[in-house]
Amino acid sequence: MAIDFDIDFILGHINYWLFVILMLTGLYIVVARGNLLKKIVGLNLFQVAVFMLYISMGKIGGGTAPILTGNPDEVYSNPLPHVLILTAIVVGIATTSLGLALIVRINESYGTIEEDEILELDHQKSQSEIIKVAKEASNDS
Amino acid sequence: MDHHLILRVITKILVAPILLYGLYVQFHGDFGPGGGFQAGVIFAVGFILYGIVFGLRRLRQIFPDYVVHRLVALGVLIYAGTGIVNMALGGNFLDYNVLAEKGYQGQHWGIIAVELGVGVTVFGVMMAIFYSFAGRPPSLDDKEW
Amino acid sequence: MELVLTSLLFFALVATAIAIALVRRLFAVVMLAGVFSLLAAMLFVLMDAVDVAFTEAAVGAGISTVLMLGTIALTARSEKQPASYSLVPLVIVVLTGLVLIYGTLDMPNFGSPDAPVQQHVGPDYIRKTPEDIHVPNVVTAVLASYRGYDTLGEVTVVFTAGLGVILLISGLGRRPRRRKREED
Repeated sequence: MAIDFDIDFILGHINYWLFVILMLTGLYIVVARGNLLKKIVGLNLFQVAVFMLYISMGKIGGGTAPILTGNPDEVYSNPLPHVLILTAIVVGIATTSLGLALIVRINESYGTIEEDEILELDHQKSQSEIIKVAKEASNDS
Repeated sequence: MDHHLILRVITKILVAPILLYGLYVQFHGDFGPGGGFQAGVIFAVGFILYGIVFGLRRLRQIFPDYVVHRLVALGVLIYAGTGIVNMALGGNFLDYNVLAEKGYQGQHWGIIAVELGVGVTVFGVMMAIFYSFAGRPPSLDDKEW
Repeated sequence: MELVLTSLLFFALVATAIAIALVRRLFAVVMLAGVFSLLAAMLFVLMDAVDVAFTEAAVGAGISTVLMLGTIALTARSEKQPASYSLVPLVIVVLTGLVLIYGTLDMPNFGSPDAPVQQHVGPDYIRKTPEDIHVPNVVTAVLASYRGYDTLGEVTVVFTAGLGVILLISGLGRRPRRRKREED
């Protein structure tokens, strides 16, 4: 692939690279942090970065917002990504709140919202169940 | 929040303009930025602000739970119902041209109805979610913040 | 001028995102997330997406902050200090980033009018909206009329998510009424 990295190319693509950086910050928070609420915030960052990528693809240089002015020479940015992202934001908050509701329930059952503590509790519970089953089996025989 | 006098006064001043602005965004969405999604959220924010400052109990007197739960479903029904009305009038599902004599007038009616449905559902869902979160007994005291 | 504003906003966005990753107090994390949403809304205005900016400001900075504060009140105040730091997540993230940046090399320049995205559906909507629908805001026309099915689906998703939250943590509130019937 022959690409010359001149100033035009860099200025035309730097926005994509910045979106990638933002998105990866979100991904890092999701992967590396154990706190469930913080994971949700990280997912939100990730989501907003994807939205920005979509919106930036619809932008036309020198254009204006797609609200018709009646001037025939006006250049408008592409309205389609705006529609898709507009609905995606509201759906995003609805699903985020579903995640938050799950966190509230998890906190009520486990008493913590740290991932490693939850896994530890799950592990202990399954261990004790195994012991219980083994005891019953030995009592039967 | 009984001791926050400034918050209470400012909230009383702000709630009415927020609701008015929500209505403006809802019904002016064809001409400027806005529409049902934004209007539903802004309208809900007005009531949520009231609920945070004056307590959930007083908010529930205005909007009891069962009203909010019905609003959630009502919006989707308005939206889908608009489509069904179009079919009854001989058009396709969500093809608004048959709603009035001229095609573009029908489109205007259709868009207003559909945006209303969107706004009602989004408003209902936001209120219901706020009720759900705020209605549970908190595990932290005020001092712990 | 626009380039200067955009880059300033970007540095603020990246700084906020990194601060979110580092801060341990969840209250501060939620507030920073609200700041992030407002900055993102400003960037959306610069990219001509006024409707999207409007929604992001109302939803991201308004509702989601309230909901997350509500969650903190119901759960915990700060994040636990991790026992050990691992390099694996960082490596995964950097590798993903390299692949994504390799993918952007084929993309058209930012704001170029002859990009593939600008050739088909979008311009048709702008051209036909004045004849078909007679409303100035093309975004509303596409949202409610041209793509009405799509929006019906989105509204149904919002409805379902709201129903899920209600069922998960508050219930539909039928119990008191049933009790009254038993008393009768």
